[in-house]
Amino acid sequence: MPASQLVHDPAAVAIRVRGVTKEFGSGESATWALRGVDLDVPYGELLMLVGPSGCGKTTLVSIVAGTLEPTAGDVNVMGHDLVAMSNGRKVRFRRDNVGFIFQSYNLLPSLTAVENAAVPLLIAGWRRRHALEAAAEVLEALGLGDRLANLPTELSGGQQQRVAIARALVHEPRLLVCDEPTSALDAENGRITMELIQRIAVQPDRAVVVVTHDSRAYAFADRIAAMEDGRIVSVTTGSESLPA
Amino acid sequence: MFWIAWKMLIGNRGKYLGIVFGVVFAALLIAQQSSIFCGLMSLTVSQIRDVQGPGIWVMDAHVQFVDDIKPLADTELFRVKSVPGVDWAVRFYKGIARARLEEGTYEQMILLGLDDATLVGAPAGILMGSIADLRKPDAVIIDDAGYTRIWPGEPFRLGRVFEMNDHRAVIVGITKASRTFQSFPILYTRYSQAVRFAPPERKVLSFILANPAADLDPTEVCRRIEERTGLQALTREQFLEKTIRYYLAKTGIPVNFGITVLLGFFVGTAIAGQTFYLFTVENIRQFGALKAMGTSNWTILAMVLSQALNVGLVGYGVGVGLAALFGWWSRSMTRLSFFMPWQVLALTAAAVFVIVLVASVLSVRKVLVLDPAVVFRG
Repeated sequence: MPASQLVHDPAAVAIRVRGVTKEFGSGESATWALRGVDLDVPYGELLMLVGPSGCGKTTLVSIVAGTLEPTAGDVNVMGHDLVAMSNGRKVRFRRDNVGFIFQSYNLLPSLTAVENAAVPLLIAGWRRRHALEAAAEVLEALGLGDRLANLPTELSGGQQQRVAIARALVHEPRLLVCDEPTSALDAENGRITMELIQRIAVQPDRAVVVVTHDSRAYAFADRIAAMEDGRIVSVTTGSESLPA
Repeated sequence: MFWIAWKMLIGNRGKYLGIVFGVVFAALLIAQQSSIFCGLMSLTVSQIRDVQGPGIWVMDAHVQFVDDIKPLADTELFRVKSVPGVDWAVRFYKGIARARLEEGTYEQMILLGLDDATLVGAPAGILMGSIADLRKPDAVIIDDAGYTRIWPGEPFRLGRVFEMNDHRAVIVGITKASRTFQSFPILYTRYSQAVRFAPPERKVLSFILANPAADLDPTEVCRRIEERTGLQALTREQFLEKTIRYYLAKTGIPVNFGITVLLGFFVGTAIAGQTFYLFTVENIRQFGALKAMGTSNWTILAMVLSQALNVGLVGYGVGVGLAALFGWWSRSMTRLSFFMPWQVLALTAAAVFVIVLVASVLSVRKVLVLDPAVVFRG
């Protein structure tokens, strides 16, 4: 039986999206990336957004993460109305509440693994020494204790992604947003990455949204929202199979 | 975050050195050319500086600079002496004379005639001989650079004889004098001797050197001299300034040097600006990631400005240091004039500041308008 994309208990909802549309460009060249999306993500859930390229999943996750403005609709994340928020408050909201894992890692090439992992704490104003200590602890928990002083270029793709996970989690955000976290990894490293995200990031007071094309990752999802042409066309549980 | 900015900046050594090179190039060119310009300007007034003692120079009302000699009648000396507030006043001859050397060759020389009784205006640093020897018949003192120019490679020797205007001149001393704009040798002699060495003219008095009474303001005494004699009276500093202003206004020197300084400024701005822009563009995704993670635009702006400031400080230090090194080398190895006052350092600092500001403004705009969602685009 298909899962609903809406949750009825408001207190249990980490992310509430209602009637969200997004238009890029204007006039005849306008493109609708989202055409009225309704979605709830409860606390403690790992939601995957799947679908073909250009279906709007990256646009949706950008809006949920507070890095993109919707054209219309309501977005409430962890009790914050993102649409009504000023840019300055949105920056602080992202700093305090959101962790990011990017497809291409986006590690700073001139910083070591531990320095990269400490970046969110430095942005939050921590003293450098304390930030590096905290980042080192997270990296050790992710099995990179012996790679703290290595630059990204000295790490494998899987190790770089683990540094990115450490960076996303070091400041204990309540929302983790992952964009194609396994697409640049082989099957084994992809599995390890998803296991780490599931084990460490999925907590009762947090929510995780993962955008992916990788069907091998579906097994780690609590629910999977399939998108097509700017709309969510189905929501299933992770155990239900999706058409390839 | 400044620490991250610094690590980002030096992370790519090649790019970092490229940006710094642009600033170094600009700072070097601006400081070096400005210093040579200042050196040339200081040459124009070196003879005013070398005349120690008198606080006031009196001259014809139409004299525009120190080499613009419009001779006065000898009686003007007494008129100046009679002005209330003038403590003392003496004659001073300055002109160009042609010397015929023992070897039969001719040499242009700057001839300075000092007051016979007091020798006011005599050079301070005597290397060989004595100022008092100027009282001997036909005596002249020559500057060391002039001696070396006339007799290159030969050791200093007193007693050498040459002719000026069919009059015998004997070197009785060698002095250290500042180099002049014309680079001619400088000869010091008594006033009465100088007028014999010089080509005959009806009036021969070039300047009157005077000093104000101890309790009077020199500018007030100058005003009195001008009022009572109709001559032009300037304090030493006023005469220095007037001479420099003349060269600035009436010669192409400032324009020529100004063009080079501007060229250095523009080329430096272009190199530093372009490299800094490319550096920022290459790091755009990193900046995007920082913005996505909650770094405000103000912090990003501060990071970029701190990077620019770092480049500016390093480039300025190295550029000015190289210019100073060049100056030190050129003073000992060549006849190039080089003078680096604090104003040159300040000018170069201001130019470098503008360069890094332009470079950072060019690139920071791109970062500030950057949509943080760019990090989600593969």
